[in-house]
Amino acid sequence: MSMPALEPASPGTTPARQRGLRRVVSAFRDAHGVSKAVVWVGAAITAAFILLAIFAPVIAPYDFDTYRTADGVRFEKQEAPSAQHPFGTNVMQTDVLSRVIFGSRTAIEVVALALVVSLAIGLPLGLLSGYHGGPLDRGLVLVMDALIAFPSLLFAIVIAFLLSDTFGRGVVTAALAISIVYIPQYFRVVRNHVISVREEPFVEAARAIGAPPRTVIRRYVFQNVVQNVPVIATLNAADAILTLAALGFLGYGIQPTQAAEWGYDIKRAISDAGAGIWWTGLYPGLAIVLLVTGLTLLGEGLNDVLNPVIRRRKTEPVRFPPRPGNEGTP
Amino acid sequence: MTSAAEPALSVRDLRVWYGTPGAPVRAVDGVSFDIAAGETLGLVGESGCGKSTLGRSIMGLLPEGAAADGDIRYGGRNVVGLTERDLRAIRGADVGMIFQEPMTRLDPLMTIEDHFAETLKTHEPGLSKAERRRRSLDALGGMGIPPTRFGQYPHEFSGGMRQRIMIALALVLRPRVVIADEPTTALDVLVEAQILTILTDLRRNYDTALLLITHNLGIVAEACDRVAVMYAGEIVEDGPAEQVFRAPAHPYTRELLASIISLRTQALRAIPGAPPDLRDPPSGCRFHPRCPDAMRVCPAMSPAPVWVETGSTVRCWLHGPAELIPPGGTEPLERRRPEVADEA
Amino acid sequence: MRPETEAPATTAPLLEVRNVKTHFALRGTFAGRVLGRDAGSVKAVDGVSFALQPGEVLGLVGESGSGKTTLARTILGLAEATEGSIRFGGEEVVGMSERDLRRHRRRAQMVFQDPHASLNPAMDLLTAIGHPLKIHGIAHDEGALRRAVGDALEHVGLTPVERYLHAFPSDLSGGQKQRAVIARAIITDPDLLIADEPVSMLDMSVRAKILELMIRLKEELNLTYLYVTHDLATARYFCDRIAIMYLGRIVEIGPTASIFADPKHPYTRSLLRAVPDPDPDRRVPRDLPRGEVPDAVEPPLGCSFHPRCPRAFEPCGWEARDLRDLIERRWAGLGEEAFERERRRIGALDRLDAPSTDATISAGRGSGGGDVRDLLDAIRDRDPDEPLWRGVERVETGSGGVDVTFRPHVDPALLDVGDRRVACHLYDPSLAPPSGEPAA
Repeated sequence: MSMPALEPASPGTTPARQRGLRRVVSAFRDAHGVSKAVVWVGAAITAAFILLAIFAPVIAPYDFDTYRTADGVRFEKQEAPSAQHPFGTNVMQTDVLSRVIFGSRTAIEVVALALVVSLAIGLPLGLLSGYHGGPLDRGLVLVMDALIAFPSLLFAIVIAFLLSDTFGRGVVTAALAISIVYIPQYFRVVRNHVISVREEPFVEAARAIGAPPRTVIRRYVFQNVVQNVPVIATLNAADAILTLAALGFLGYGIQPTQAAEWGYDIKRAISDAGAGIWWTGLYPGLAIVLLVTGLTLLGEGLNDVLNPVIRRRKTEPVRFPPRPGNEGTP
Repeated sequence: MTSAAEPALSVRDLRVWYGTPGAPVRAVDGVSFDIAAGETLGLVGESGCGKSTLGRSIMGLLPEGAAADGDIRYGGRNVVGLTERDLRAIRGADVGMIFQEPMTRLDPLMTIEDHFAETLKTHEPGLSKAERRRRSLDALGGMGIPPTRFGQYPHEFSGGMRQRIMIALALVLRPRVVIADEPTTALDVLVEAQILTILTDLRRNYDTALLLITHNLGIVAEACDRVAVMYAGEIVEDGPAEQVFRAPAHPYTRELLASIISLRTQALRAIPGAPPDLRDPPSGCRFHPRCPDAMRVCPAMSPAPVWVETGSTVRCWLHGPAELIPPGGTEPLERRRPEVADEA
Repeated sequence: MRPETEAPATTAPLLEVRNVKTHFALRGTFAGRVLGRDAGSVKAVDGVSFALQPGEVLGLVGESGSGKTTLARTILGLAEATEGSIRFGGEEVVGMSERDLRRHRRRAQMVFQDPHASLNPAMDLLTAIGHPLKIHGIAHDEGALRRAVGDALEHVGLTPVERYLHAFPSDLSGGQKQRAVIARAIITDPDLLIADEPVSMLDMSVRAKILELMIRLKEELNLTYLYVTHDLATARYFCDRIAIMYLGRIVEIGPTASIFADPKHPYTRSLLRAVPDPDPDRRVPRDLPRGEVPDAVEPPLGCSFHPRCPRAFEPCGWEARDLRDLIERRWAGLGEEAFERERRRIGALDRLDAPSTDATISAGRGSGGGDVRDLLDAIRDRDPDEPLWRGVERVETGSGGVDVTFRPHVDPALLDVGDRRVACHLYDPSLAPPSGEPAA
């Protein structure tokens, strides 16, 4: 058997604790075949980028805006990869490798902050809207649908532009601009799921024991809705990376003085490409592709193993033993 | 008509197991029975005993990961192991199925007329449009559905009407075998009686062999010629309905009958314990851990089918054969008492 | 107000339900809402009265759509009564604020039909069963909560307690889940337990155990039960009194023994005859009422049961829709040609779809009122005993069709008949039942 015997043989004898977010962990374990590979590859790539982000100052040879050595010697402009600069330098005279590494920090920071903000707003609104229904629900659905109908990149640009006066043009502005794009998605997913959970008898039972709406939502509805969130959050994170890069590329993203950002670097590398300077654009581009692929694989894989509709657990093929009487019996 | 010698449906030594991450679930484990033309066999058992799996395997409707082994014969061939393509041709034409919840089996976007047209076109492509209409209206009229409602959609009908439409759809191809899986469970008692009347009339009017799967022993007593009682994937008793209800031969049948709450119930009774896990069923007779009459032989050896004088076939050591029971095997079995809450 | 049937009327009733109606408004179409058109309402409970004495077990028995579950939910305040009064322990429940209702639910608890769905899959039993105590502020520390939950588990037979405290619903069998649901219901020490089909989703061999448990708990905890069910057999075993419901109303209420010994209402009689019985000498009865429970949006005029009633007569509420059913029933039995021939004689049948005592059947193209009249006469000749004809007051044949006028209908009220109350015109001397005898 290729399966480790982590799961108890019979759920009747040993309580199988697989509730809420704990299910995510067990899902990794139960995954098999293609979805197992997909989840693990996605998780590995994502984890690698998170490590890069956390330890960027240790790993990167220079800071993201360093343009000279400690002795004050300026870096060559657009220098080809060498021992000193493994990925070369770019038009801003900074080290491409360092900018790619610090860029992952920016990306992870922005996406994490955007996720937290959009979850913090979208999730409660979805819960309230779905549970209470009525005019509140109709109003919120109308607003959220209008937000979804708006082209998301254009929307993010407008928000970034509006917020830049207050928060400057750093990580916070970018994160807020992106989060507003994703709030409606969380709202919609959570609301629709709440509407189906709301009809479950255990929700009515909770009301029947005298639980106030707050308690019903928190203890009975939320716990059973939250399981979908990791999947959509991961998939949205992948999308958010692209939106962040697009903002940077168009010049509405993070200021180059604030942090390293892949989209901005690619924009600055456009003219290099014609001159045969391939390293300035290739590495930030590769970073985007890798991280987005990693997150998408992780999200799709999670969906495969978490979603009960398409979830398939590894099953042993049935092999019939010889009939008793035909040959030797046990 | 065919002679009684050749059964309309014959199942021999059928096993249907489900694959799991561990040991397979033995949902149906060595089942044999026949149904003659014009006969109604009631298949009863509690939830999880494998009765629905058995019905589905006859239709060739097994879920992925399940495997069947043995013989299911009707229309002159064994359907175990047939390809999906061959099964599609047989389904409906040779064997029809009636499900518990008709709404899930009718397409909400198709009128009743479309449903019939589709079925007839698939299986009898030679029919003209007028002939198709006549056949459909005949089948519907027989179920009491007025022809004025032929063009309506499934949601415009009540639950009982939908079940009548399902039956008409199953009968329009005149299959010789019909499988009805809990056909009245979702219906009210008065409607249930109407549907049962229709089903019992089938065998008279069309000489159909009917397998009626249900958990309701009252329905079996009133509507079936024969009963097969299923426990933990096996048929433990199979005999004429009247005899089985009057003098149940297997202790499980007896206890099950005693636990029914009917209008005549004077005292409540229940079977202690719970049905076994079919991944690892008890050794010997699968009922022995709950059986009040269990003997020493019961956990040791699996009982063979035995004919008893009431005309039933029973798998229970109480009925022998005595020569197979080892010395001392008839001593009562000592067991721990099951906990109060160790129940289904 | 006179008391409902005999019950030990020495004490004040624990629960008194008077003329309660629970209607659910239909949402209708968008255009309809804009234009202010009323989409109508589902009259789930339509004027129900009964009283429940402390320590009594009353069965609310009815088929799906009878409104029994809605009535139960209305008593707990889970559904809002449109009209009427529900007094529980001296307090009026109808119109209570959400806050007071929550307090009310501490004393009136409910057990649900589907044990697999009425426990939160994400809570272990300690949390789930102890939750009412936390909500109502009864248990303050973890130790007290654990003790109380342990007690409740022991009461319902889920022992040894340690095995179940941290079990999740998915670890339990159906019977065990229902025991856990009952434990959750009794933990606040309620006076009234509403059990909504508590055994109908369980296997035969387990039902007896759960019913036994409920009987034992009633004695141990001084409970009063409202037992909601469609199953007459368990109701007969379990209940002191029974109320038979049909389409939102009680049609018969009285002591269990006398209802089962001698059912009065034709509906009760049919139900009792229809219950399948594991008796090899019985066959499925063939003369049971036809049709199904009608739509509660526009229930039949008069007595709701009259379209299916084998004993219906003049005042029962005959109307246009019954005539349409009659014609369609005839067609269901005809061959295709005969049907097409008759169908052509009549115009659209849609005009018969309103609940009205005036029915107009227009003639089809190329035929006249006389043809329609001939058809009606043919139907009548084939089955002259069809009760509908007794409700016909006048038939006028015009050139374009036939006008059928039915007698005015009378709504049946609950009448005292012996030791029970029955809502049926057969027992109303002023309506003079035609055959002279009101059923024996």
